[in-house]
Amino acid sequence: MTKADIIENVYENVGISKKESAKIVETVFEIIKEKLETGENVKISGFGNFTLRDKDPRRGRNPQTGDEIEISARRVLTFRPSQVLKRMLNN
Amino acid sequence: MTKSKLVKMVSERVSEITKKDTKVIVDVIFNSMIDALIREERIEIRGFGSFRVKNRDARCGRNPKTGVVVNIPKKKTLFFKAGKEMKERVDLRKAD
Repeated sequence: MTKADIIENVYENVGISKKESAKIVETVFEIIKEKLETGENVKISGFGNFTLRDKDPRRGRNPQTGDEIEISARRVLTFRPSQVLKRMLNN
Repeated sequence: MTKSKLVKMVSERVSEITKKDTKVIVDVIFNSMIDALIREERIEIRGFGSFRVKNRDARCGRNPKTGVVVNIPKKKTLFFKAGKEMKERVDLRKAD
């Protein structure tokens, strides 16, 4: 499934034009991205939570050469599906 | 940010759609994604990330408190992988 399929779904299920469907779907993902970019977690009830995690710097190795390197501190995005979604996948 | 805040923000930006309709549409978006995942279909949102369902086999586990062996039934687990653009936008190092 891609964004195009989601747009198609919106178009078929809601009485709005394809152009409007596309605009709404694009806007939804853009706002989620903007919020995460500013460091805010995003919670979608019934679906799951997008959570940002700050990682400390750590020592790692280049798996190809074996050289020890410093992995810098970073912020990463994780997703935890809601209990409802987990249950739906396993019903 | 919660789903209701998301609906509010989307309806402010897309003025041609009412807030009431926006709420319905946001639910359609996530429900269609849930339906795809139930079908074990992979979802890829360019610039954001991808979702996929993996099957976990049944295995034996232990209750860490009592040490009793328990059977853990097979199950489906959902994984999300942030896309390249999203990873870069989220990472602090890019902000400074």
